Parts: sequence; structure tokens; C-alpha cells
Amino acid sequence: MAETRSWSLKSRVALAVGAVLLLGGIVVLWVALAYGGQAAREAYDRLLLGAARDIAAAITIRDGAAVVDMPASAFQMLALAPEDRIRYRVTGPDGATLTGSDAAPTPPRRDGAGPVFYDGALGAEPGRYVALTRRFAERSFSGPVQVVVGQTLRARHALARDIAGGALAVLAAAGIAIGLFAWLATRSALRPLHRLGRALARRDPTDLTPITLPMPAEIAPVLGALNGFMGRLDRQASASRNLIGDAAHQLRTPVAAIRAQAQDAQEEEDPARRARLLGRIHERSVGLSRLLDRMLDRAMIIHRTDTAPRAAVDLRDVALEIYEALEDMPGGAAIRLDLPPAPVVVRGDALSLVEAGKNLAANALAHGAPPIRLGIAAEGGAARLFARDSGPGPSAAILDGMGARFAAHAPGGAGLGLAIAREVAQSHGGALRLGPGGAADGFEAALVLPRLGA
Amino acid sequence: MIRAAFIALTALLLLVAPARAQELTRAFGPEAATGLLRLRSTTDISVLGPVIEAFLARRPGLRIAYEQWGSNALYGLQSADCAAGRAGADLVISSAVHQMVDLVNEGCARPYRSALTAALPDALIWRDELWGVTREPAVMVYNRDLVAAAQVPHSRFDLLDLLRPTESPFRGRVATYDIERSGLGFLFAFADSMEATTFGGLMESFGRSGAIATCCSAEIIDGVAEGRYLVAYNVLGSYALVRARHDTRLGVIAPRDYTLVLSRAAMIPAAAGQPRAAAQFVDFLLSPQGRAALEAAGLVVRLEGEDGAALELGGAVETLQRPIALTPALLIALDAHKRALFGARWRDAFPAPPPKAP
Repeated sequence: MAETRSWSLKSRVALAVGAVLLLGGIVVLWVALAYGGQAAREAYDRLLLGAARDIAAAITIRDGAAVVDMPASAFQMLALAPEDRIRYRVTGPDGATLTGSDAAPTPPRRDGAGPVFYDGALGAEPGRYVALTRRFAERSFSGPVQVVVGQTLRARHALARDIAGGALAVLAAAGIAIGLFAWLATRSALRPLHRLGRALARRDPTDLTPITLPMPAEIAPVLGALNGFMGRLDRQASASRNLIGDAAHQLRTPVAAIRAQAQDAQEEEDPARRARLLGRIHERSVGLSRLLDRMLDRAMIIHRTDTAPRAAVDLRDVALEIYEALEDMPGGAAIRLDLPPAPVVVRGDALSLVEAGKNLAANALAHGAPPIRLGIAAEGGAARLFARDSGPGPSAAILDGMGARFAAHAPGGAGLGLAIAREVAQSHGGALRLGPGGAADGFEAALVLPRLGA
Repeated sequence: MIRAAFIALTALLLLVAPARAQELTRAFGPEAATGLLRLRSTTDISVLGPVIEAFLARRPGLRIAYEQWGSNALYGLQSADCAAGRAGADLVISSAVHQMVDLVNEGCARPYRSALTAALPDALIWRDELWGVTREPAVMVYNRDLVAAAQVPHSRFDLLDLLRPTESPFRGRVATYDIERSGLGFLFAFADSMEATTFGGLMESFGRSGAIATCCSAEIIDGVAEGRYLVAYNVLGSYALVRARHDTRLGVIAPRDYTLVLSRAAMIPAAAGQPRAAAQFVDFLLSPQGRAALEAAGLVVRLEGEDGAALELGGAVETLQRPIALTPALLIALDAHKRALFGARWRDAFPAPPPKAP
């Protein structure tokens, strides 16, 4: 048995969700690290600035010199980043260090009086610095005094990691939730398929009626196709049944009559009467054989309507073929063709259409009055294949019963021909129309079909 | 002019340090030992010696070369070693914890982490590079024979009251460390100035009553025992208590308003040649056996008062302890301007440093 299983839907969904989460995780990690770094930098930059401001505020001028009474609060503020090393420096207008460490890097030259944040080394570790300038204009001292305060980055990194870690934890929780929901959704989405499978398994093998289970829109086409498939099976099965039924019904009487007449002929002594009997037997045999032809035709046509591939067909070709087929029949020479100059195209099975049209034209030949016209007409979105005679047409009572399978009122099974024409018209999405001809003289039988490309 | 005075003072403070060399050295452990741990400390060899012996008893095959230094000299030496990347000491233990914080701040230390260091309270550990290993209160020492029980000061306020009368017998007979010569004295005085406003009043009172600023724990305690001083303020409790165990003339008080508690700081220099042995010694000092040995040496003083025969407690234990925390905030004690301002203020109270033969 061939391997018909492919990747399960659940693993496809799992793969898709996993890929989304992985990609999302990378993006979120990157964003969270960037954001965390930014947030930590801002938070601890403020700390640095606060300490620098404290120190700057503690500068006083005594006897013409700037003196820093270093405030403990500045150091306590810096100690809020408890694991970080500190470096600070206060320089006078001449750039000489007043107090603090000479090792603190000088800030990049920048215009404006605001504080300047910059990165610089703090011993072997990277550090972050702020430089703040306080300007003095005293009698004994004037010029800028610059305060530089720096710190290593441990607390910043720890905070950034905390923020990123928090974001990742949220993402992980969301991922678990998404995975869970995806699993549940897949399960619930596949449940109708299981229901359908169970319904099919439970069915009687001969039950070909459509399945009417409520299905989600995504699965409905599958059910529709399945029902269509079963419908075709059903029609073919009933066509076979009908053939058998028709044969039983319609053949039994004529065959019995032929048998009785044959027996009569066998017993008849008088040659003249015997010859008359034989003639009648022959006549009946011909009628029987015609009836048989029609029944087989119809079964074939019904089979074709479900199975034959549909192609674009020019109805003018169909009419020509019908004409050629009827030419040799008695009275066939009386048929006139009535074709438009442009192609009239329908989508359908040419053979079925030829057969249906042949039946209509043959009926007109058999029952109508000449002249008989066989023609094609395009009327808006519809195409018409018609057979028209000049007679009054059948009576209304006969017209009502026409097209039914057993309406074999006419010798030679004309009713069967109309039934075939109706089946073909319907299977092509059209209809069989019987009625007075267009010019109100005569009777017209027509297949009205949807035109292609109209 | 004041600026010139700052510079002079700063220069003096800086000059004092490198001028002194190491005071004493001694080797512990077997001579045939494979490993040699070089330990530099400000602690007297005789005090820390038994603790080292206890460590070596548990760690055979190790020899410890002990160098005893003055705190400023040790600071200068370690700074120089650090700047040069020289492998000097394997372990440094100093009572001048602000200098140790500065060394760590300059990146001169090597991190080490163990269950024992992690169990230290936040105030006694910084960056996993500096650990507070002892617990020594700053106390007042008085002469039991010469100070009447009713007059014994139990807090700084009591001391202020004793010094206030113009005819007070305590005038000129109260001693404390000279901060220009004792790194520890500076640290205690500085911590006092950070801790409470009482200190300003105390300085003023010391100045008016002619209090004595002198050097070194031993000298001060001797002076109290002999009756030259009646009360000594801010004396390192570990030394005072060891002396008071054998000398009934000495009374020791943990001040009731608050008691500063010093934890000598240990660090492993970045360039240490024997960091593992040094880390083992740190772990030993923090272990129960090490605590017991330190307690026997007087370096861990229980303020809980169970054996408080020697130490007279003033108040509730929890409120009076003020540990000198190992945080970068201590760096302020090394700021040049801050020191100069503080020194000038100190010099106002003790205008004439007693001339001392070199």
C-alpha cells in the first residue's frame, strides 16, 4: 500500500509556532537588551549627575581658592550602585586638579553649559562619566570649576540584564500559552474531520445520499466534493437500474406480442395471411430494435453527462453533425439548416449534444410537418439548438406528459428521445423548451444552454 | 594662605607614610613548607600570631611570612605595588579600612567568593574583593582608681559634661589619637564627624579643656593605667580589652549613644602569587574556628555582653552599634580637600601638637 501520510497538521503548526517564537525571541531579546541598556544608562546617569551636582554645590571660595567640602551625600548616592568603583575629579580654571583622582579622563570638548556624559576607562574596567561645570565670578576667584564623576558599569549591566530577563520571561510565558492554544485550536479544528470519518464509516454501503453534517467553511468543500462524488455514483447506479427497469417494462409487451404473432404465423396455413403476419412481426421487430437503441443511447448519454470531460463546443459543428446523420433517414432531405455566421460556443460534451439534437430533429421528422428547420441561435447569454417543423405540434395533453421516461405514447419511443434531450440539457446547466415556433407557425423543440464567453 | 596650609598638610600626611618602613616581620610554619603566603597587616604580630598558628595547624605545608606595617606605609606600599603590577603581598589586612576601600576602588584587588564570604552582611563586604574580618568597637578607657564610679562617662554627653566646668579635674587629662599620626585615629574621628553632630561639640570641648592628642593605642592605654590621663576617647576596643583583662586599673566603656565598630579589612592583591592560600586564610578567618581564634585574640569583641565583665555596656546592643561599612562612601575620608578641612578643624581643637622626639 502506498504511503499516503504526510506531515501531521499538529507538527506543521508546532513547527510554525516554534519558528515564530524563536524569531520573536531573538527580536525581543535584542530589543529588550537595547531597551534595558538604555533604561539602565538613563537611570544611573541621573545618579552620576546628582552626585556631580552635590559636589559642585559644595564648592566654596576661600581666600581666593576653590575649596570642595566633599559632601557625604554624593558618595552615598554613588554607593546606590553598591558594586561599582568610583572616580571623581574637580579641576580649577587652569585645568589643574583641585581634588580627586588625576586618572579621571577629561570630557570631550562640547559647547554649552549643560552636563556632558561620556564613556571612559576606569582603571581596567569601562566606566561612565559625567562632567559638570560651575562658573564663579567672585572678586577673588573667577572662572569655571569642572566636576567629573565616574562609575564602573556593573549596576547598569545588572539592571539591563534584569530588564531583558523580565522581558524574556514574559515572552517564554507567552510562548507556552501560544503553543498550548495552537495545540488546542488544531485539535478542535480537526474534530470535524474525525466526525466526517466516523459518519462515513458508520454508513450503509448502498447509501449514497448526501452527508448533511455541519462543517466549518474550510472543510465544507471537501464534504461538497464528497457529496458530488457520491451523487455521480448514485446517478450512474440509478441509470443502470432505470435501464433494467425500462427494458423490463417496455420490452416485455412487444416481445410477447412478437412471440404470439410468430406462433400464429407458425400455425397459419394460408400463405397470404401468413405473409401478412410475418410482415407485422418484422414491423414490430423494427420498432423493438429502435426502442432498444433509444434506451441504450439514453443510458450512454446519462453516463456521459457525469463522466465525459467538458470542452468548448461550437454548436454549429453539432448541428452539422446532426444534419449529416439524419440526411439518410426517410424524409431527411427535407431538413434545412439555419446557422449563424459566427461561432456559438458552449461548454459541454459534443457527443451528448449531438445525440440530444438528433432526437429532437428525428421527432420533428416523425411527427411534424415539413419543411423542417434545424438551427442554432445566440440570444444574449444563452445558446439555442432548435428543431422546428411547420405542423401544429402535439396536443396540450401530450405536451404535458412529454419528456417523462415512460411517455412512450408514440411508436418508436419518441418520448424517450425527449427525455434524453432533457437530461442532456439539464446536465449542461440548461433546459429543454417545447412550444410554438418563433414565427407562431409550427412547433419548436429547443435545447437552451448557457453560452460560453457571453 | 589657607591653600598653602592645605598643601603643606597634605604633603605632611603623604610624607609621613612612605618614610616609615615595615615595623616587624616574623615567619610562621615549617621552613620546609612548599607554599609561602606573604601577609601584610597593621595588626601587631603578637595579637594576630595565635590566629595564624591556628590556621597553619589546619593547613600543614604552608608557611606564612608576616610583615607588620603602619597603616599609611602599608597603603603607600600597596598603591605602589598595584601601580607597578608587582606581586608583593598575597594578603593584606589593615585597620585603615578607608585606605583598603581606595585600593579596591583602584582595581588593586582580586575577587574571591565562597559560602563564607557570601554570608557576610552587606556592610562587611564590597565587590567580593574586600572583607571585614574582625569586630572591634571604639571605646572609652578610664582609670578605675582615679575616676569615681559616679563620674564614669557612659556616653559622649557624659564626657562633655565632665569637661564643661572650668575647674574640672579632667582638664588636660583626656587623651585621644592624634589623627595626623594615627590612620586609625583619623578614621574614628572622621566616622564620628559623619555620624553625629556631637562630634563638633566634643572637638570644641577638647580644645577648650586642653585635651591631649597623642599617638598609638599602647601609649594612650599606658597613660590611662599610670594615671597621666583619666579618660581616653575612641581607643580601639580590642587592645583596650586585652590590657584590661590583666590590669584592674583600666575600665572600658562602649559609649551608650553609639559605638563605632571597626572591622579590619582583608583583600587579596590583584597580583598576588598565592591567591588560593590567601583565600583559604580569608575563609578560615570567617569560619567558626577562625572566629573563635580571633575572639581569643581580642579581635572579635562580643557586644552582646555575655562575658561583659571587661566591657561596660551603656545601652541596648542593637541601637548602639555603628559598623564602619566597607562602601565607596569611605573614599570621602581620602579626599584631599576633605582631609585638609577636617585636619584644620582638628588643629583648631589641638593647636599645639606635643613635640615628640623622632
